[in-house]
Amino acid sequence: MFSSTAQAAPRSFMPIQGSTVAGYVDSLYAFLLIASFIACVLVIGGFIYFAIRYRRRSENDKTLYITHNNTLEFAWSFIPFVIFMVAFGWGWWVYDKMRVFPENALEVHVTGYMWAWDFMYKNGKRTTNEFTVPVNTPVKLIMTSRDVIHSFFIPSFRVKQDVVPGRYSALWFEATKTGSFQVFCTEYCGTGHSAMLATVHVVETEEYENWLQVDPYRGLSLLEVGQSVFEGRCLVCHSPGEDRKVGPGLGGLFGKQVLLDDGSTVLGDENYIRESILYPNAKITAGYPSGVMPTFLGQLDETELLGLIEYIKSLE
Amino acid sequence: MHGAHSHNYLNHEKGLWSWLTTLDHKRIGVLYMISVFIFFFIGGVFAMLIRWELFSSGQNIVSPAGYNQLMTFHGAIMVFMVIIPGIPAFLGNFFLPLQIGAKDVAFPRLNLLSWYCLMVGAAIAFMSLFFSGADTGWTFYTPYSIQTDTGTIWLVTGAFVMGFSSILTGLNFVVTTHKLRAPGMTFWKMPLFVWSLYSTAILQILATPVLGITLLLLVAERVLGIGIFDPALGGDPVLFQHFFWFYSHPAVYIMILPAMGIISELITTYSRKTIFGYKAIALSTVGIAAVSFFVWGHHMFVSGQSEIAGIIFSFITMLVGVPTAIKTFNWVATLYGGSVRFDAPLLYALGFIFLFTIGGVTGIILATIATNVHFHDTYFVVAHFHYVMVGGTLMAIMGGVYHWFPKMFGRIVDDGMARITFVLIFVGFNVTFFPQFVLGAMGLPRRYADYPVAYEALNKISSIGSWTIGLGFLLALYVIIHALKRGEKAGDNPWGARTLEWQTSSPPPHENFDKPPVVTAGPYEYR
Repeated sequence: MFSSTAQAAPRSFMPIQGSTVAGYVDSLYAFLLIASFIACVLVIGGFIYFAIRYRRRSENDKTLYITHNNTLEFAWSFIPFVIFMVAFGWGWWVYDKMRVFPENALEVHVTGYMWAWDFMYKNGKRTTNEFTVPVNTPVKLIMTSRDVIHSFFIPSFRVKQDVVPGRYSALWFEATKTGSFQVFCTEYCGTGHSAMLATVHVVETEEYENWLQVDPYRGLSLLEVGQSVFEGRCLVCHSPGEDRKVGPGLGGLFGKQVLLDDGSTVLGDENYIRESILYPNAKITAGYPSGVMPTFLGQLDETELLGLIEYIKSLE
Repeated sequence: MHGAHSHNYLNHEKGLWSWLTTLDHKRIGVLYMISVFIFFFIGGVFAMLIRWELFSSGQNIVSPAGYNQLMTFHGAIMVFMVIIPGIPAFLGNFFLPLQIGAKDVAFPRLNLLSWYCLMVGAAIAFMSLFFSGADTGWTFYTPYSIQTDTGTIWLVTGAFVMGFSSILTGLNFVVTTHKLRAPGMTFWKMPLFVWSLYSTAILQILATPVLGITLLLLVAERVLGIGIFDPALGGDPVLFQHFFWFYSHPAVYIMILPAMGIISELITTYSRKTIFGYKAIALSTVGIAAVSFFVWGHHMFVSGQSEIAGIIFSFITMLVGVPTAIKTFNWVATLYGGSVRFDAPLLYALGFIFLFTIGGVTGIILATIATNVHFHDTYFVVAHFHYVMVGGTLMAIMGGVYHWFPKMFGRIVDDGMARITFVLIFVGFNVTFFPQFVLGAMGLPRRYADYPVAYEALNKISSIGSWTIGLGFLLALYVIIHALKRGEKAGDNPWGARTLEWQTSSPPPHENFDKPPVVTAGPYEYR
């Protein structure tokens, strides 16, 4: 689908520079690192030198009696102050570039929830846990959360913004390199926090336009649609086998009696699966807490629901 | 010399009951010491389990849900039960009255009550382990803390009760410092440890009630369904962060200011030299305390607070850097022309300056708003605050314990062994936490139960370092127990220090001084 390079690997200084602001952030970071290094050499080198130079030689050592020195003290207050002000001003200047939104930006809507990211484009196209943007084009993400606070972080673009329920927050970037880049959730949000990952694919404009028009399910069988939805949305918490993750494994579920937490049982048929996806708290499997799984009511269309049921039927 | 003083605070009364009902500030200090050591051990075990789980990518010893519990209890125990009471309530309780030449603190009963508040609060907090636990992190951010398992309420209530311990200790110290100084001890003749405890006490009184109110609102929201922070009830989740950090940022200084006070004592004592810039250090302590109330927004640059607020908070945060730098330079300058003896307490003090400098400069990198956006909530922040809190506060506690041990228990610590603990802890600490700066720069978010395999190598190094730290602290525990049982008798002033606590016998008598001391000179008159 994409002419994507491999997932940009993290590097030890900073991740690969993938956006217009990344270079500015890295220059500032380099300045701060150098200043920090010099400060550490002065302080640490200074005390090591003094401690060794003036080590105790006898119990009758005479020591100097120096209470203060105004000039020296002014100098080591004022010079750090100036350096801190440079850091502050430079930081403000770069921050300004991050937070002043270009007017012509391409807008993508982002919804975070435990524990996945949904993306919605103007033409109605929706994706989960991955999205595609054109290179060298300003993109604005308008973000909200369905449950708790999440945070949207693309290390290679040096941008991050909390995603808060009940309000919209935004960030923007202009990608400068094609390829696929990691997205992390950086606000702790519970059991699946570290699995709440996504990928941004940066492609040439033409390729983006084609991608936008493509119906992702065209030509796929119901089973293949279901598998794709399952891997995007369900796999974080449900194993396709029988092992326990956050929720119960779904392997062999279909056609079997499921033991519920009130001691009753229910047949794992189409209606049970559909109800569990749309109203997850209606029936709770024995041994699992209620209120953990979010509802997918309004999130999945009929094709996707049928696909999921078909796929779960196929699991053994 | 009357080192073998027969009558002292340890044998003044006998039996467990006499300890549990004691009003002697020194005995209360020892009670705090025992409780803080136990809490530190538990919090440390959680830390070891965290590093074990993170040793390699994928699930190793606990599920993500279990990891989140470990991470929450490690943070909550270390913050509320170890680092906050660690210096003021333990070493401060013992030495504040001694250093100002008083018989006791101003309100001995309140002092005992504050210890019981800590114990009751801690018991309530640990109760949550029996009610599904807590997995919110020590920060209790809403709305997650409102929606997750109910064990959270226990932990929050425990933190609320422990807050009173901190408030009462602070109140006691402010009144004690104002009213009970020995004749002749003006404010400008107080030891710098007293200055730091005094500034800390003001923070404890003013900031901790805000945490109390916030946690109470959180419990009210959960239990009664009042909409304050939960957007589903018309509340504002970011408001919680403002309230929380309005306390918790000053709390960072509750944790570090007393540590700085200890370092001033150690550097002068072991270089036998008067402190360089006494007034500058004292005033910068007060300055840091004052400015610390206006920087809370630097925890929230990407939270959705306005850009202008973020820029202002970035500016004010830079200002805190100045008095902090002043103190560091003053300590280094004090060594100049001194007579430096490398006993374990001095090694810990130098270790403090080393680690705190790295913690400080990385603090500036985080205060710079544009770089903060990238580093916020990554391992860079984890490394930074461990350099300040462990590299700073815990180093100071260790140095302080070895320094004052002969006074507290009348026995000498095996200095060779104590120096080995320093090497293990110091080296292990750097191996554990320095790679985490790099992990953060590479983008690895904090509070992750698992991480992509690209981050594995540095995590392995970090975990190996943590075992070294663990070994160092176990050895330190052995050194202390050994000294208690077998240590040689200590003289009244084994280090040749000038502050008042060294003028009384070791261990001190019930009411500290046989004759009330009269102060004529400053605390660091080494001539």
